[in-house]
Amino acid sequence: MVKPELENKELFKSGHTACAGCGVAVGLRHIMRALGKDTIVVNATGCTEIFTSAYPKSAWAVPYIHCVFENSAPVAAGISEALRAMGNDHTKVVVISGDGASYDIGFGHMSGMFERGHDVLYICYDNEAYMNTGVQRSGATPWKAHTTTSQVGKQIRGKMQFKKPLTEIVAAHNVPYVATSTSAHYADLQQKVQKAKEIKGPSFLNVLMTCVPGWGTTPSLSMQYLKDAVDTHVWPLMEIENGFSKLSMKPEKKPVEAYLKGQKRFRHLTEEDIAEIQEMIDERWDHWVWKEKVDQERKAGLEASE
Amino acid sequence: MKKTIEGSIAVAEVARDCGPDVVACFPITPSTHIAETLDKMYTNGEIKSYTAVESEFSAISMLVGASAAGARAFTTTDSQGLALMHEVLFAAAGMRLPMVIVNANRSLSAPLSIWNDHQDSVSERDSGWIQLYCKNNQEAVDTVPQAFKISEDTNIPVMVCFDGFYLTHLVEQIDIPEKEVIGKYLPKRKAEYKLDPENPITMGMYALPTHYQGFRIDLHQDVLKAAENVKKEMEAWGDVSGRKYGNGLWEEYHAEDAEYLFIGMGSVMENAELAVEKMRKEGKKVGLVRIRCYRPFPSEVVEAIKGKKGALVFEKAVSMGADAPLYAEISSAMKEKGADVPLSSYVGGLGGKDITVGHIEQMFGEIEGGPVKKVWDGETGAPKIKKSLGAGEENGGA
Ligand SMILES: Cc1ncc(C[n+]2csc(CCOP(=O)(O)OP(=O)(O)O)c2C)c(N)n1
Ligand code: SF4
Ligand SMILES: [Mg+2]
Repeated sequence: MVKPELENKELFKSGHTACAGCGVAVGLRHIMRALGKDTIVVNATGCTEIFTSAYPKSAWAVPYIHCVFENSAPVAAGISEALRAMGNDHTKVVVISGDGASYDIGFGHMSGMFERGHDVLYICYDNEAYMNTGVQRSGATPWKAHTTTSQVGKQIRGKMQFKKPLTEIVAAHNVPYVATSTSAHYADLQQKVQKAKEIKGPSFLNVLMTCVPGWGTTPSLSMQYLKDAVDTHVWPLMEIENGFSKLSMKPEKKPVEAYLKGQKRFRHLTEEDIAEIQEMIDERWDHWVWKEKVDQERKAGLEASE
Repeated sequence: MKKTIEGSIAVAEVARDCGPDVVACFPITPSTHIAETLDKMYTNGEIKSYTAVESEFSAISMLVGASAAGARAFTTTDSQGLALMHEVLFAAAGMRLPMVIVNANRSLSAPLSIWNDHQDSVSERDSGWIQLYCKNNQEAVDTVPQAFKISEDTNIPVMVCFDGFYLTHLVEQIDIPEKEVIGKYLPKRKAEYKLDPENPITMGMYALPTHYQGFRIDLHQDVLKAAENVKKEMEAWGDVSGRKYGNGLWEEYHAEDAEYLFIGMGSVMENAELAVEKMRKEGKKVGLVRIRCYRPFPSEVVEAIKGKKGALVFEKAVSMGADAPLYAEISSAMKEKGADVPLSSYVGGLGGKDITVGHIEQMFGEIEGGPVKKVWDGETGAPKIKKSLGAGEENGGA
């Protein structure tokens, strides 16, 4: 792993109003240090916008723009086109938007941006629900999780649907660099941000970030849950470069219970539920291990025949 | 240069010669030919950038990004496309981002109709955009450079409205301003503020009750003040092109000594000019007031209405469950300014129902008996007259 060259000044300033222990605020700080000054940030409506930009104060030491909930991708595309048309070939345009903006309401516009290949790095900070409006389900909310719109009742117990595989969907757009990370794996995150930044064209990072009230945890455990998400294989860290996938870490598997326990959104889960989740996670992990093998062999084969 | 050319193509040529940095469009009848022409221009290297986006929502969002980055930005749309942009129209104006939309006026669903009326843009009257309505294609090509100038001077976005099909698809002789003339009139954009890593600013913040109202009322006041820019640019453009349309805010036609006035917007007003010509020959003292600038609303237009025996407002828009929008606004301005003229309201021409010279004569006739409030249904068997304007066919063509 290459040690990333970090901006020595904070570009995401303190004094914002995120909750104590907010995984998003931690992630933003790492991301901004990895991006550096020559960056324009585009942000969708959501927690980040609210906790960083209450007029007349701003936490951003780089140019920042927010327009509405679902249009950060096309706003970024417009900036990128404008920079190109006006002869600026160095400034990086970076979207930082939530899972609601990315998995759901802005999904079509984001897909359009990737399909057209604008020079934009899109970072989805995935805290697995609409947190700003008080924890409602999104396409990113995991199976069975409780939110205020996937409640636990007598007949239905949490979200009935599975998490949308956004990382793979974006990769299927032939986006040259797609990766996952978390706020807690900051070296991994910063390295991936810097790699993505160098791509001329679209790139995508899907970064898991804790929400303290949304997940029902405490500030002191905010980073621990992200580590557990990776160690239990719930959130595999990977890169998909030009279609070839590679796992960034292959941690020895912890039982999924280590991740689920203590989060209030999962507290209604039965033993059977947990066993079923474990089975699904194992299956997904096996899939990624297999896919990495196939992809890397294919890549090596292609390189050898060149 | 005079050319026999389709309205859409002429508008695209002028938009190109205004030197936009970013153009992003999505096809919708009847504005599609403008988008296609601009795309073709891009493939030939005549404009710097053209993006065929996946929706009008993305088109206007790209303009927001481009304008925020300091670029000159343009798109065209109408009807469902404009309605889809609704949310971003308000945001773009609130963020004080200059940009230009050419809206090829078309009705709104349901039922679906591709034909002309003004329901699409009139529904966006409260968005904070300046709205200019053109009576013919010559005015549309003359208005696009003014729109960029006004927008970039005021940091308020501008919508140029011209009627779908009646104008977009009409092939006629148009004097297209030379690129050099436009270049001289419209200097490169110098953004007062922009997204620039050398000088980082935060745009599109949220505001608490302490500040929110102040921002919105500032915008409102600045839109009102932009009336001066609209007037000034009409003068300035008149000086370089030799063509003027009233004072930029409204245009009068035989209004001064008229006893009865027909008030309206858009291409129907060319037919109304023909009707007035004909009726004047018959000794009837009729005239026109054409609202060119609908936002900011020029309430001083009342001065042109004062003292008449009667006036009627004809409009191709409805406010469901209330008085028609233009009528309501003129009537409120008259009340405020003490103009006691019997005012009639006609709604018609919706979804492309033709309004002929004969119809306009009939409306003039009807209001002589006192104020009327009605929906004009068109098929009245009115005599149709041949005229040599526009398509040259019959009177519906202009
Ligand atoms: C069109 C529209 N619908 C709904 C909202 C209300 N809203 C604001 S932020 C938000 C949820 C944001 O969720 P996400 O993108 O996951 O970001 P988070 O708040 O979790 O950081 C919602 C529903 C809105 N602003 N605009
Ligand atoms: S609600 Fe969640 S995402 Fe929002 S600021 Fe608080 S911890 Fe962060
Ligand atoms: Mg979220």
